[in-house]
Amino acid sequence: MDRRTFLAGIGAGGLAGLPLALRAADRLVLSDELSAGTRAEAVLDALPGKRPLIKLSYRPPNYETPLAYFAEPITPNDAFFVRYHLARIPETIDAQTWRLKLGGDAIETPGELSLDDLKRFEQVELTAVCQCSGNRRGLFNPHVPGVQWGVGAMGCARWKGVRLKDVLAKAGLRKEAVELVLDGADGAVLEKTPDFVKSLPIWKALDENVLIAFEMNGAPLPHFNGFPARLVVPGWTGTYWMKHLTRLDAVSKPFDGFWMKSAYRIPKGRFPVVDRFLSQETADNTPITEMVVNTLITSPLPGQKLAARQPTTVSGIAWDGGYGIQSVEVSSDDGASWQKATLGPDVGRFAFRSWSARLPLAKPGARVILAKATNRLGASQPRELIPNPAGYHHNLVARVAVTAS
Amino acid sequence: MSPARLRRALTAAAILGIAAILGIAAVAARAEEPPIALKDAPGHELVEGLCGACHSVDYIQMNAPFPSAATWDAEVKKMINAFGAPIEPADAKTITEYLIKNYGS
Repeated sequence: MDRRTFLAGIGAGGLAGLPLALRAADRLVLSDELSAGTRAEAVLDALPGKRPLIKLSYRPPNYETPLAYFAEPITPNDAFFVRYHLARIPETIDAQTWRLKLGGDAIETPGELSLDDLKRFEQVELTAVCQCSGNRRGLFNPHVPGVQWGVGAMGCARWKGVRLKDVLAKAGLRKEAVELVLDGADGAVLEKTPDFVKSLPIWKALDENVLIAFEMNGAPLPHFNGFPARLVVPGWTGTYWMKHLTRLDAVSKPFDGFWMKSAYRIPKGRFPVVDRFLSQETADNTPITEMVVNTLITSPLPGQKLAARQPTTVSGIAWDGGYGIQSVEVSSDDGASWQKATLGPDVGRFAFRSWSARLPLAKPGARVILAKATNRLGASQPRELIPNPAGYHHNLVARVAVTAS
Repeated sequence: MSPARLRRALTAAAILGIAAILGIAAVAARAEEPPIALKDAPGHELVEGLCGACHSVDYIQMNAPFPSAATWDAEVKKMINAFGAPIEPADAKTITEYLIKNYGS
């Protein structure tokens, strides 16, 4: 039996034990805005320890979470998206022998920590969204090359770990520290390929919400989400959430690696973001930092048939860079009129905020439902994309096309 | 051995040679990675061998059909200049032409 046959078998009822909403996840639902090539290449495929997710590339593994899982504001560990830049990924990591090295020219006492050492710091837990900078790149028009993500290169989890600032304080940070350089166990096939190494401005590394996390939703991190420890940088895009952490270097000069100076950059001053990474800014561009305010409609599904002349329930999630969601509005008349949605429980300003609304669908025919969120700073979602070379920060007003009859 | 199989074997041998010379750390292909059928046109073995040494070639189809000739050219140059892919100029030209013709706009 090949893998596709196996997956078709799952589709025929192998997931019968799962809740109804999640059973929809075994059907591949792809936006028709994705390129023909993406729709031909994307398949449901299960990595070890994961449920079938939408495979965009096998090596390195880039797998997105199917839409059905976003009906709940917490994303299950085995359905959480997987994103790697480079293909040399350890098959397993032994938590007993794993060490986190601390160094750099701006650290007082270089050294290393075992997982047990790490767990002796005060443990904290917070709920936060991890979203790839390029989530929804595949929906950019004009097309932007790269991994053609749909809407699922994101997830929200309860992360448990220790504060990065506590670990840095114990090692002793010198006052000339400018950035903290982050490295993980994954690397490149070729020696000449720049290893995936990132940095954070030191002020962000000292933010009390930034964690070295070893648990996700009450369980150890899944291998493909950074076992045994990863960085959690609430509010900022996933590029800083280094997986399989191996090394932290406090440095007195800006880090000049490829993944900082050439990748993950946005045009300066074009996006409504507050946090700036000044030591890495050039005249033209700047590293991506916080997430922009965004929404996803999880119900109805694209193409769903609904009853006309009666209200339909529209629901979804909203999130932003950690300022918190102020309101969500929905429209069934292409934005001529908007109706406020009811927000679900607030589980923290970095988390997905669920919402729902009862929306009248007055006339039969093809309808488009829109949704947009506004955060506590008053930032909302645009009707036109802000173009940028790498296809980041896609946060257009959410839309789903349905049929009422 | 058919000409196509011979070419494939030679390409594989060339890549292993390059790997030995340049010190490729490890080719961490997942054993269960299914083969990806690229369009059978001149250059596809170079693409499978040289591009496929570092990443699965589903990246190519995933981006089709939008990349312009300039975009594919820039992608190949990025792999060589930024990511250190050991691709000779003549092979780079063949690869770029293959991508433009078969997966471009």
